[in-house]
Amino acid sequence: MVDVRTDFEGDSCIITINGEVDASSSIYLDEALEKAINSDVVRILVDCQHLNYISSAGLGVFMSYIQELETKHKKMVLYRMSDRVYKVFEILGLHQLLTIVETEEQAKTEADEL
Amino acid sequence: MSYNYKVSCCKDELQGVRDFVRQTLQNYTISDIEMHQLVLAVDEVCSNLMIHSHQCNSSHSLELKIQIDDNQGVTFEIYDSGKKGFNFKQYKEPCIKQIIKDRRKGGVGLLLVRRIMDQIDHDFHPKSRQNIYRLYKKLSVQPTFRT
Repeated sequence: MVDVRTDFEGDSCIITINGEVDASSSIYLDEALEKAINSDVVRILVDCQHLNYISSAGLGVFMSYIQELETKHKKMVLYRMSDRVYKVFEILGLHQLLTIVETEEQAKTEADEL
Repeated sequence: MSYNYKVSCCKDELQGVRDFVRQTLQNYTISDIEMHQLVLAVDEVCSNLMIHSHQCNSSHSLELKIQIDDNQGVTFEIYDSGKKGFNFKQYKEPCIKQIIKDRRKGGVGLLLVRRIMDQIDHDFHPKSRQNIYRLYKKLSVQPTFRT
């Protein structure tokens, strides 16, 4: 199970993922990202501190928005990801195609570099 | 040692599959990252079969068997009575950049399985009419308990 929270703060949206994202629950992550991308915010920060697991369904959700983020000139940054979850992104080389940093502070700095 | 688990072909049951694999592997000397990746490989094959072979029909089921050989490796066998099996040998690796360009949300599950496991086989047993998917990872593992 997963809980995905979406908070809008000024021109940023913070998405907090809590739990496991799999073929059954990736829809909730998809809905949150879609909502953020279709809103007026330009910065989307994804807090992965409590993302305990992600399968290809969840990776697919992140991958499916890469083009749209570029087209809409929005920046998405994932942060506070555990080593074991980061390794899954690494297997497919997604760590090079998405912006993933360690801390919330780094995430805010990266998101400012639009 | 071998361990067995039966799961209904419903995506909500994937959590149970992952819990079973984790609980089984927790009894062995295995790193957190390795365990996480093996759990992922099994999850990907099961979800693929549930969705594509069984159309998430919860009256259908899959059987999972874990075989652990000390200091040799871990083998997962998934027994499936679905009509449509998939053949890993015919599987062509997708291009990640093309998937991103096409804005597709799927298509990388089996690629993850291929990159995580050392060997993947598929057999069809005509007598039992079952597809058997065998995933093997060479690992030096030992039980953390005494039998």
